[in-house]
Amino acid sequence: MGNTFEFTLLIAAGSFLAGLLGSLTGLGGGVVIVPLLTLAFGVDIRYAIGASLVSVIATSSGAAAAYLKEGFSNIRVGMFLEVATTIGALSGAFLTTRIPTAAIAIIFGVVLLYSAWMSAKPEAEVPLEEKPDRLASFLKMDGSYPTPDGVRAYHVRGVPAGFGLMYVAGLLSGLLGIGSGAIKVLAMDRAMRIPFKVSATTSNFMIGVTAAASAGIYLHRGYLDPGLAMPVMLGVLLGALVGARILPTAKVRTLRLVFGVAIAAVAIEMIFKGIRGHL
Amino acid sequence: MKATKTYGLSEERFESLIGTLLRTGVILAAAVVLAGGALYLAKYWRVKPDYRMFRGEPADLRSVSGIFQDTVGWHARGVIQFGLLLLIATPIARVAFCVAAFASERDWLYVTTTLIVLAILIYSVSSA
Repeated sequence: MGNTFEFTLLIAAGSFLAGLLGSLTGLGGGVVIVPLLTLAFGVDIRYAIGASLVSVIATSSGAAAAYLKEGFSNIRVGMFLEVATTIGALSGAFLTTRIPTAAIAIIFGVVLLYSAWMSAKPEAEVPLEEKPDRLASFLKMDGSYPTPDGVRAYHVRGVPAGFGLMYVAGLLSGLLGIGSGAIKVLAMDRAMRIPFKVSATTSNFMIGVTAAASAGIYLHRGYLDPGLAMPVMLGVLLGALVGARILPTAKVRTLRLVFGVAIAAVAIEMIFKGIRGHL
Repeated sequence: MKATKTYGLSEERFESLIGTLLRTGVILAAAVVLAGGALYLAKYWRVKPDYRMFRGEPADLRSVSGIFQDTVGWHARGVIQFGLLLLIATPIARVAFCVAAFASERDWLYVTTTLIVLAILIYSVSSA
């Protein structure tokens, strides 16, 4: 590795690509940053997680500003589930300081495999729930969203299951420095029967808040290195902005598949290196 | 806010305010990080970076007050860290904004829920 100038430029370029691919495939930049920094640049996984978390906050907040206008996200559902994700994020951040880095690498690989599989397989349309649910009604979670055929109302159900899954999503986010978008969408789509457009934008709203909860702990633990986080944050943010610009005209299906396979390969390498204790 | 009327603030007005808040926060944070990054590269560009070994950051880069002091003194790493702190503060400001919005709707259930989230976030950032 050369001097700090070259290192910074290389990290910024890699992070730009991660942000671009992350936004085009919907996986987010975070899942790529940690493997990129650890496998390609030999960075300690704890520094990598800190830098990744920061980039997750930047892209989530940047994208949320754009999504808000369209009236998709359900702020009540998001805020209620934030209680679970932020508590999970704190638990995850505390856990990072206590378990060996090899174990973190293995868990990261497994979560990465799952995310790759989720993004590569075709989206199944989940049928909307017909009847209102007592708990969801009490929590005023039912909502509506704009579709090409006019405004469509939906009922929310499965609040306890969704809440539990969100705790896990927060835990993994705090432990691994990722947005855990795949698990958040699973909790809202499958468990709570929230329409995909609504769950995707609500998940994005939650990701920044969840990441902020663990980022505070990482800062105090000294896991947030400014020299490393600087090119990562700026690179990912720029990549995500360019990605959002070209997304409407891009052919994402093939890209998703290729990216999914690449991510799976990276995941397996992380698991192997974790098992052999090389990370 | 979804479906319900806010007292004083319309749904669209509220969402455009949040949008402005988020955009401003991210742009401001990125600008500070960029400025700090320029200072950092000007000073350290020749140094060989080493992130293989985990050492942890020095105490001044770990606490909010330390970061403020470093920023005032134009220490490159401190300025970047201040930008990162602004970034972490952006979603927190959004949650605080939601408390006010739910309060103006007199939705006490969600005022409480949002306050819990805000308390967890403040605990995370202020616990040293």
